[in-house]
Amino acid sequence: PLWCDKVLLRASRRVEIAYFSHSQITRLYSRFHSLDKGENGALSREDFQRIPELAINPLGDRIINAFFPEGEDQVNFRGFMRTLAHFRPVEDNEKSKGHDASEPLNSRNNKLLFAFRLYDLDRDDKISRDELLQVLRMMVGVNISDEQLGSIADRTIQEADTNGDMSISFSEFIKVLEKVDVEQKMSIRFLH
Amino acid sequence: MGPFYFPFDNLLCMLLGISFTVWITLLLVFIIVPAIFGVSFGIRRLYMKTLLKIFEWATLRIERGAKERNHPVYKPYTNGIIAKEPTSLVEEMTEIRRSGSNRDLDGAATLSSSPLASGSSSSSEFEMSDIFYFCRRGLESIVDDEVTKRFSAEELESWNLLTRSNYNFQHISTRLTVLWGLGVFIRYGFLLPLRVTLAFTGVSCLVVLTTLVGYLPSGRVKNFLSETAHLMCYRICVRALTAIITYHHSENKPKNGGICVANHTSPIDVIILASDGCYAMVGQTHGGLMGFIQRAMVRACPHIWFERSEVKDRHLVAKRLSDHVQDKSKLPILIFPEGTCINNTSVMMFKKGSFEIGCTVYPVAIKYDPRFGEAFWNSSKYGMVNYLLRMMSSWAIVCSVWYLPPMSREEGEDAVQFANRVKAAIARQGGLVDMLWDGGLKRGKVKDTFKEEQQKLYSKILVGTQEDRSRS
Repeated sequence: PLWCDKVLLRASRRVEIAYFSHSQITRLYSRFHSLDKGENGALSREDFQRIPELAINPLGDRIINAFFPEGEDQVNFRGFMRTLAHFRPVEDNEKSKGHDASEPLNSRNNKLLFAFRLYDLDRDDKISRDELLQVLRMMVGVNISDEQLGSIADRTIQEADTNGDMSISFSEFIKVLEKVDVEQKMSIRFLH
Repeated sequence: MGPFYFPFDNLLCMLLGISFTVWITLLLVFIIVPAIFGVSFGIRRLYMKTLLKIFEWATLRIERGAKERNHPVYKPYTNGIIAKEPTSLVEEMTEIRRSGSNRDLDGAATLSSSPLASGSSSSSEFEMSDIFYFCRRGLESIVDDEVTKRFSAEELESWNLLTRSNYNFQHISTRLTVLWGLGVFIRYGFLLPLRVTLAFTGVSCLVVLTTLVGYLPSGRVKNFLSETAHLMCYRICVRALTAIITYHHSENKPKNGGICVANHTSPIDVIILASDGCYAMVGQTHGGLMGFIQRAMVRACPHIWFERSEVKDRHLVAKRLSDHVQDKSKLPILIFPEGTCINNTSVMMFKKGSFEIGCTVYPVAIKYDPRFGEAFWNSSKYGMVNYLLRMMSSWAIVCSVWYLPPMSREEGEDAVQFANRVKAAIARQGGLVDMLWDGGLKRGKVKDTFKEEQQKLYSKILVGTQEDRSRS
């Protein structure tokens, strides 16, 4: 039962407490627990794929990947909350300072970084043409030809690339999206 | 062992004998006889009202206790925990393009010299921000999705003195704990043995009586006796669960030559419906005790039992079902088109097989009140025996049954649309959420076609339709 896991909850209250209220943490923990079919305190990729609405999302695998740090295939509750913290609305920022006074996880920049990493498949801080193509292919399935997709990728890189290295760096990415309301599009509001 | 013990032995025997007789008489008078004749003394409803008052008190007491200790109370919220944007893929993409893009949207003038730039004002090209939609939707579904929560029991807003449904239990007050302890004693010490006895009586009566009726020659007498026997035994079983059922609109009860469809929450649904009317059951033949009961039942009236191998053959199944409904002397068939148990907060996809047969469909909506006992069978968590034990040690099973007006397939409607129409009617009546998702997702993976639909939609936005696709 939920009240038994207070120990676990207490252990999770380091950085994440700044982003979620106590009742939200409890609710998230309940959700984490219900996804954790193996009951071993950590989620695997399969646990995420069991969510039908996520399984039909064209970028489902990339999103699931965002939860897992480099080279690992289990995510514990702290990691779960940490990733979700990126999606807190920005106006709730009064109390949420990073634990080492760095930028809060749900700042505009960090939200953009999250999205950037969805494109950046090999985590080399650059979106190459090949990576862009692969992500595009995930989003459109079989409905667009290779040539057309290639042109779309070329054009996108051409417009974004300012230093001529035929790939998009994070600062170029930020520039392209400077007019987009990132805060609203990449936020999830809790009801309570 | 001297003569000292004999008087006590005698006294003990006498006491046991008397209490046993009293017990059996009470059982007969208050439970078995009313079951046979279908009348009720109203004891169960009184019991239900008393319990409700106690639960309200218990919940208030917990809240008060929690407030005193400055402890937040975990309250489940049935409406979901996050606010989900109701915008569709198309709406959101157009909005992203309208609100913020470095690309010039109107007219032919373009920032780059790429020949691909389309002059269309709806700018159907790829934006790097398109990913936001999929990203947010994905995260929303990770935090709170509509489907997986239908496969586990609904959380209660007030506590019903059962440990199994409690999220806040700590020692709050002595009175509460005593009440809880008393509840445990009553349920396990008194109600459970009573119910188990009744269940045995009900099932054995069913087997014995249907076998006896089976020896009669076919005819009206046999049908009448078979119906009476079935009804009587199911009513005893209903009392074995202390099920308090309210039937609405009995004028719409299913008639011969039709199919009765209902939403499925647990195997108990069968008992609940069959204690108010006679149905032909459909199912797989089992071995052991279940098989024994099945064979006895089919002797008295024609139920439809399939061998495991026959179940896969859809044409065979459809043929047997339609043969049955065409014979007007046979009872209406009872089918649960969801194919699996759902937790009674929603109705999931109806399998179209029973809607292809082309006869009248009688929809029935069943809604359980979870405050007295959770009827949902979570078959991945509990086996059948465990489930029955939990059923019989709850306070009661309270439910409402609505008989909806009969429906038939209309002109130009295919089986799937008909099934969805019936499903919508059942969901509306029972106050359940109408879902398109397949109940089979409890165990199986979602079909790739759904993802392909999403991809197709997005592709349409990217390149538009055939006419306004820009030349490359």
